[in-house]
Amino acid sequence: MASSIGGNGLLRYIKRNNALYIMLIPGIIFFLLFKYLPMAGLIIGFQDYNPYKGFMDSEWVGLKWFIRFFSQRQFTRVLWNTLIINIYQLVFAFPAPIILACLLNELRNLKFKRTVQTIAYLPHFLSWSIIFGLAFMLLSQETGLLNQVITAFGGKSVAFLQKPDYFRTIIISAQIWRDMGWGTIIFLAALAGISPALYESATIDGAGRWKQFLYITFPGLLPAIMILMLLNIGRIMDLGFEQIWVFLNPLTYETGEVLETYIYRWGVVEGKYSFTTAVGLFKSLIGLIMVVIANKTSRKVTGESLF
Amino acid sequence: MKRSTGENIFDTANILFLIILSITILIPMLHIIANSLSDSIPLMRGDVKLWPVGLNIDNYILVVKNSVFLNSFKITFFLVTFGTLVNLFLTFITAYPLSRPGFRGRKFFMLFILFTLIFKVPVIPLYLVVRSLRIINTVWAMIIPTAIQAFNLILCVTFFKTSIPSDLIDAAKVDGMSEYGILARVVLPLSKPIVMTLLLFYAVHHWNSYYHAILFITDHRLRPLQLYLYQMLSQSDVNDAMANANELTVNTTPKGIISATVVAATMPIVIVYPFIQKHFVKGALLGSIKE
Repeated sequence: MASSIGGNGLLRYIKRNNALYIMLIPGIIFFLLFKYLPMAGLIIGFQDYNPYKGFMDSEWVGLKWFIRFFSQRQFTRVLWNTLIINIYQLVFAFPAPIILACLLNELRNLKFKRTVQTIAYLPHFLSWSIIFGLAFMLLSQETGLLNQVITAFGGKSVAFLQKPDYFRTIIISAQIWRDMGWGTIIFLAALAGISPALYESATIDGAGRWKQFLYITFPGLLPAIMILMLLNIGRIMDLGFEQIWVFLNPLTYETGEVLETYIYRWGVVEGKYSFTTAVGLFKSLIGLIMVVIANKTSRKVTGESLF
Repeated sequence: MKRSTGENIFDTANILFLIILSITILIPMLHIIANSLSDSIPLMRGDVKLWPVGLNIDNYILVVKNSVFLNSFKITFFLVTFGTLVNLFLTFITAYPLSRPGFRGRKFFMLFILFTLIFKVPVIPLYLVVRSLRIINTVWAMIIPTAIQAFNLILCVTFFKTSIPSDLIDAAKVDGMSEYGILARVVLPLSKPIVMTLLLFYAVHHWNSYYHAILFITDHRLRPLQLYLYQMLSQSDVNDAMANANELTVNTTPKGIISATVVAATMPIVIVYPFIQKHFVKGALLGSIKE
């Protein structure tokens, strides 16, 4: 028995416990095929990929696609849309569940609280197609509910879904509608984790509810807020495709087209594989830089960080 | 403990605000249900607000007879059942070795998987991989590339580590049970909570998602529910439903048909929702604490 071969008896360990390793095989294959192989496939962003030649024989073009992307008229527009929608999300959609959680936390009637929660969680389970359907019925020009209200007050009906000016508002509003309730789960858990003893001693010291909120509740929430905010920023370039795509139409490209939909349109639909891979690479790079910057800043300012 | 006037005002305002908020959340759904059940003339005139004007089920008759709609339902149903089974199985057997404390290579494999959580798969190369596997335009494209979600996998590993007593496993090993046996006869019976959570997460994802469908499917007969719904909405295309219209179903309009289709697509989730809400919240908490 060559027990000294395979240092530390590793080979022998594997042989003896082969069941565990065999169980891992499908999973490993999965991750290799569908996560790591595509990452390796990023190389085609530097090639003029020809499906018939494969990536071994396709011509190398270096930074050609990046340069082409940067010099497109649409580049600034698409990049700007991506960034600004994300900023709106951070500013408007991110705080909403926090505020709602704090309000829910102040309720004393548990049945009422649970009813509100049940209603508020429901939109999270609806697909973006359905949410678009709901929005369509509310916002359509001829007879949408919102336009009914507008004309009842003497105004003129507006084609909300076709005007670029409203696109971002609609997107953010839909997101808040969908996730405001669901987002409270984490924060309610964090709130429940704050020691009641802190509140008791604050009351003894004469602090009112508002002061208690400022000095106990909010600092207690801060770690959860910062971690979640960092995670959000990390996904900043990964604006949910499904969310944007359902509302997007050629009339609203100007304010609505983001990197992800741009990549889909020109890559999957138009087949410009190398070009859009380069765009995707650029997108990931920016995302990475933002997370690192945000992480450093967060650590300096609040002491919380992801890594 | 007596509350000051200011606090009472706040409490009342809070309750009022939350009531208004809840109503606002429900308004879009009430409106579309009202649309689907209303008579055509009030509907086209824009008289329908939050309650049906008239009572009309013709729209729903067309929806139920819409063979393309039913077909997409079938596809999604297959994904939610068989697809979720695949998810569950693969997640389960991959998580078990990773949860065994003495397992050599555990750290390496965990890092291997965690890395993919941080760096999102590039879409176009993924598309090319799926294409080269020749599963483009098949149901498998909607099952295999998403077979394991790293987040759910980690949830499962954590569950195994914290909720399966290692003495049970050791005892089973002493009795000569194989790892496969342990997985099936020791771990599985104790895994009801995590199976519940994984099942919900994966199943709802299969039900709601259209991303992989729109990425990999161009064959109209393979469109899952949400993709069909989106295409119907974006083009206001009710031809599939109208194909079954006859003299008995005159009280229909495109708007009514679309509304009824959306409601029909939403019904399953809404019906199941009260039962699964509790488990979903628990699962979400488990996941976020790990984060």
